[in-house]
Amino acid sequence: MPVKTDAIGKSYPPFEYELGKEKVGEYARAVGEENPVYFDRAAAKEAGFRDVVAPPMFAVVYSWGAVALPAVDPDVDLNFAMLVHGGQEFAWGEPACSGDVISTVASVKEIYEKGGMGFYVFETVSTNQDGAEVARGTWTNIVRGVS
Amino acid sequence: MNVDLKVTPDKYLPHRYAGASGDFNPIHIDPEFAKQVGLPSNILHGLWSMAQVARAVTDAGGGDPRSLKRLSVQFRGMGFPEQELTVSGSVKEEGDGRIVIAAEAEQGGKKIIKNAEAELSPQ
Repeated sequence: MPVKTDAIGKSYPPFEYELGKEKVGEYARAVGEENPVYFDRAAAKEAGFRDVVAPPMFAVVYSWGAVALPAVDPDVDLNFAMLVHGGQEFAWGEPACSGDVISTVASVKEIYEKGGMGFYVFETVSTNQDGAEVARGTWTNIVRGVS
Repeated sequence: MNVDLKVTPDKYLPHRYAGASGDFNPIHIDPEFAKQVGLPSNILHGLWSMAQVARAVTDAGGGDPRSLKRLSVQFRGMGFPEQELTVSGSVKEEGDGRIVIAAEAEQGGKKIIKNAEAELSPQ
């Protein structure tokens, strides 16, 4: 069954996430970070951050709720049984700190077929409460056996 | 600049990462479920492995999270708990306060992240 491409360009409602100090610390510990700027408010401020800062890859946590929207959209028609996460990119801007309210909008950037596989590329753009971009993510999902 | 990070995720690391990230897909936390769907055991979250690449390149650049401007990876294999993971990489381009690093992550000689590219702007 060939891929459906109608959803290319479609975007979804914003997903809002409020960063909390303990959640950032829990994530930082799980990925093995030890830099005190991820745990200790005084150390983070000393280093010039507004508050405890999130490790860059915490972007997956605050943008997860947004990227889930195209993933379950019937117009996109992603076959979860055959799905693999093929690639991921983030470009970071303003640091994300505890207390920030991050709003993420997801869109469908590309859907195409190559070598019997379907490529579904979603983009997320995350901005903070001041309108500054904190991260832009490109999520490449590969569905095996589409044709 | 040398990128070299070794880490051995313990048996329960995928559970802690599931809680920290919100990704409770049973292929990562339930060895029996994983075997039922044809995997040798529960597998690491690819985004945890990507976070190891992020940590390795950021540490190589001095450790300031503001220095990491961009990171892209390709997931190319399954990672497993209780096996050492190695991230290695080297400078590909350098100039104008910007460093581009090519990196990869492997476990037991098998690449699990390929063609990783990081852009750093050391602070």
